[in-house]
Amino acid sequence: MNDILTGMIEAVRLILTLDPTLIEISLRSLEVTVSATLIASAIGLPLGAWLAINRFRARRAVIALLNALMGLPPVVVGLLVYVMLSRSGPLGVLGLLFTTKAMIIAQVIIITPIIASISHQAIRELWAAYHDLLISLNTTRWQRIKALLWDGRRALLTASLAGFGRAIGEVGAIMIVGGNIDNATRVLTTAIALETGKGNFALALALGFILIALAIAVNLALHLLSKTERNSLW
Amino acid sequence: MNKFVTVCILLLWPMALAADEMKMAVTTSFANSGLAEILLPAIADDLGLNVQLLIVGTGQALKLGEAGDVDAVLVHSRAAEDAFVAAGFGTHRREIMYNDFVIIGPSGDPAGAHMATAATEAFARIAEATAPFVSRGDDSGTHKMELGIWTATGIEPAGDWYRAVGQGMGAALNTAAGMDAYILADRASWLNFGNKAGLGIVFEGDPALFNLYAYIPVNPSRHPHVNSKAAVQLEDWLTGPRAKALIEGYRIEGQQLFRFSAVEK
Repeated sequence: MNDILTGMIEAVRLILTLDPTLIEISLRSLEVTVSATLIASAIGLPLGAWLAINRFRARRAVIALLNALMGLPPVVVGLLVYVMLSRSGPLGVLGLLFTTKAMIIAQVIIITPIIASISHQAIRELWAAYHDLLISLNTTRWQRIKALLWDGRRALLTASLAGFGRAIGEVGAIMIVGGNIDNATRVLTTAIALETGKGNFALALALGFILIALAIAVNLALHLLSKTERNSLW
Repeated sequence: MNKFVTVCILLLWPMALAADEMKMAVTTSFANSGLAEILLPAIADDLGLNVQLLIVGTGQALKLGEAGDVDAVLVHSRAAEDAFVAAGFGTHRREIMYNDFVIIGPSGDPAGAHMATAATEAFARIAEATAPFVSRGDDSGTHKMELGIWTATGIEPAGDWYRAVGQGMGAALNTAAGMDAYILADRASWLNFGNKAGLGIVFEGDPALFNLYAYIPVNPSRHPHVNSKAAVQLEDWLTGPRAKALIEGYRIEGQQLFRFSAVEK
């Protein structure tokens, strides 16, 4: 209990004094996870919509696979990306291991299935309502996907935020591919793991509280910018 | 929507990169000692070299060197180091400094390890009392040192009392603190550890517990991309007078942790 209290006080102190290390690792956390969320959304949202409006033989299997991949263990993803990017691996020449780019790649792999699955579910319901209209207007497949993505944007924002939520708190994969290097690839979650390892529970908890606050702030900011939950614009 | 894009672009603004860089894999025990925070800024000052540390166990550190993912390693496990150099993964091995291991245990010391005259005897007493003992179990230098002592005692550590956690020094100490168990730790990690709970040093001082750190540059003929120029610069610095003064002068709670042992080439 004492550690929790000291942790909270420490968190407030770090924020009020604008601790440079804290700002650096927080910005890096955002840089990695926001990039990963944008890339994963660019892949996952259209993929989910495409799966919702197309009927093909393996569809059920693909959807089941996508749902199963939502539970990918980050540590396995991290290890796979690590082996691929290692200098002795197939993509070693790129020299990406232990950089923020490697961390973004790992997180994209982890959260794309989540974003695709949730958006598929949302779009499927919308598609049921729009089906006759879009067919009768003789739209192309891509036009249908665009219309569905736009009209389903609130639900899709939720899909992206679910991906963001998983990525911002993720530590297993980015620890392996980023290496938790001070001033280069250290982010909030890996710093928390490090401080826990040193037995500095108060500092680790303080960073944890800041991470939670950051996640809430990003979610709120996006809702404000996209004007959801306001007046007539439900 | 435009605002959203602007926010994203601002967040993604790439961070500027510094001058010359190299990556070095170091052991958790070295990183936990806090010495790195003294040495790295001095290296940056003197050489204009930004050394990025990957903090892992000795086993993984050597593996990173083998794969060419780092430019040099700083580890402490003689047999594994010699094998690494013999296999041609590193150019050579250079001793830098040493510190020592201590046996940590519950302050009541139920196994009576403090009465031992040698590290092997202390371990034998713990095994005899089947007092809980936490092992790193992660193929690190500390783990190898621990296994070496068990081999010397002729006891095969097994049973409920022997718990291999497979984690770094800090995490293993946390586990030991939670279980009131015995554990072998390097002195630096122990002094810097923030969650000592009811634990204390029960045995120390046996020369068998000395812990020698060696620097090995990764072989550029095997991995042409490594920054061997920086690796050579760093070796010269680490074996030079500035490093000596900083290493010997480093103290925690008034105790000197490391002794400089590099010899001129």
